[in-house]
Amino acid sequence: MHGDPSVIGRESPPTVFEVERGAIGKFAAAIGDETPEYLAGEIAPPTFPTTFRAPLPELALDLSRVLHGEEEYTYERPIRQGDVLSVTRRIEDCYTRQGSLGEMTFYVVSAEGRDPQGALVYRSRTTIIYR
Amino acid sequence: MDAREFREGEELRVLVKEPITKVQLLRYAGASGDDNLIHVDSDTARAVGLDGVIAHGMLSMGFLGQYVASLAGPAAVRRLRVRFSGMVRPGDVLTCRGVVKETRDGIAHLEVWAENQRGERVTHGDAELLARA
Repeated sequence: MHGDPSVIGRESPPTVFEVERGAIGKFAAAIGDETPEYLAGEIAPPTFPTTFRAPLPELALDLSRVLHGEEEYTYERPIRQGDVLSVTRRIEDCYTRQGSLGEMTFYVVSAEGRDPQGALVYRSRTTIIYR
Repeated sequence: MDAREFREGEELRVLVKEPITKVQLLRYAGASGDDNLIHVDSDTARAVGLDGVIAHGMLSMGFLGQYVASLAGPAAVRRLRVRFSGMVRPGDVLTCRGVVKETRDGIAHLEVWAENQRGERVTHGDAELLARA
């Protein structure tokens, strides 16, 4: 069932992602971003954390009915090649609204990535709309 | 590039992106790990009421990420937040624009957006960059 507020507070297990040079280069190339530091794979583009898809079973939705409402990233420092980040995602909110397309369920999902010493590297906040 | 100065009220130079192509959507899907078929498969898009594939919102946000990093260097980006308000389709040409709202404590606060070839804002938000005092 969608819009069930009992999912609020559910967290993914911490999931480890290693930032690879080739992955940075492919991501930047897909955006058409030729910033030399990205193409060399040294620093990752600001939206690179979208590639860190820590599993959240409560969000196993029919993807074709998912729209992206909002996205926010805050960075303590740039993400670099060789970073090993432990990423945890958490459902912060879940509510239902009547919209022009009928009933829509909104999920607000936060994430944070930490280095192996536990230092925060980035946070994100995502609003997805399920219609 | 080092952090630069930002003047309050300054209109920032624009970034005009190449027209979005279906191949780009395929590459972005692969590079980002987004398995949503509405971005790459017309049948799936039509089945959910769209008239064809639409671009990933995150691709437009990626354009804005490129834009803000180009202003002060990739290491200067502290925050980027956007709302996705309009659909983007293959063939659309997005232009990234920005205005300096405030500079405080070494951080420049920008309003940034991507607009299409009809001048419609499709992705709109704000950013914080490290600024030179």
